[in-house]
Amino acid sequence: MTVTSTPQISVSVRLFAAARERAGAEVVTVQVPVNSRIADLRIVIGETVPSLKPLAAHLLFAIGTEYATDDAPLPASGEVVAFPPVSGG
Amino acid sequence: MIQLTHDPIDFSALTESVRSPACGAVVLFLGTVREMTNGAQTLRLAYDAYPAMAEAKIAELEAMARERWPLQEVRIVHRLGTLELGEVSVAIAVSSPHRADAFDAGRWLIDRFKAVVPIWKQEHWADGTTEWVHPGIADPPAESRESGSPLPRERGQG
Repeated sequence: MTVTSTPQISVSVRLFAAARERAGAEVVTVQVPVNSRIADLRIVIGETVPSLKPLAAHLLFAIGTEYATDDAPLPASGEVVAFPPVSGG
Repeated sequence: MIQLTHDPIDFSALTESVRSPACGAVVLFLGTVREMTNGAQTLRLAYDAYPAMAEAKIAELEAMARERWPLQEVRIVHRLGTLELGEVSVAIAVSSPHRADAFDAGRWLIDRFKAVVPIWKQEHWADGTTEWVHPGIADPPAESRESGSPLPRERGQG
């Protein structure tokens, strides 16, 4: 029996506020299967960066300067932004 | 115009800049740093932003407000960095021919701003701790982070 492993791509996630502080980094790089969506990235971030696990379900994602919903495909650029709920004002 | 700044917001000049003979109403909203939140004392606030997206979202909000109300001028400025008690963190000034539209647009703009613009405030509490404000979730203090579960407390916010 042949076991084929799904090809992985590297995604760099730029973090802000409590997410950046907890991760101790402005950018974290994670590996996700090709054709993953934001929802998949959300899970992988929580598993890969344990300090972000409590925040993972609440993270908002953006691609460039636009919000990206859970069903959005990951961009070809491999660059995504993630942050906890906003609190300006 | 400048939408994000590390300098104090000149809200008098901002208000002047939206006045117009075409308008019978100017509404100014100022968000200011409050000392007490649910019994906890704040010393100061620190604001962080994702600037490119924040500016894009502010521009979108202005465009949406202009579609909904007949507004003459709209100015929206948010300050970043460390702010002391009473200082102005955000200023929104709108002008319109009639007051109902100016009030409604101003209220809508600050409400939507607080929901979608990627800016975050960090409380610097009087007890020496700091805490990022993230509506809907708590930012546990450093010593309890290893537990891995969010605490149920939630701070109110301005």
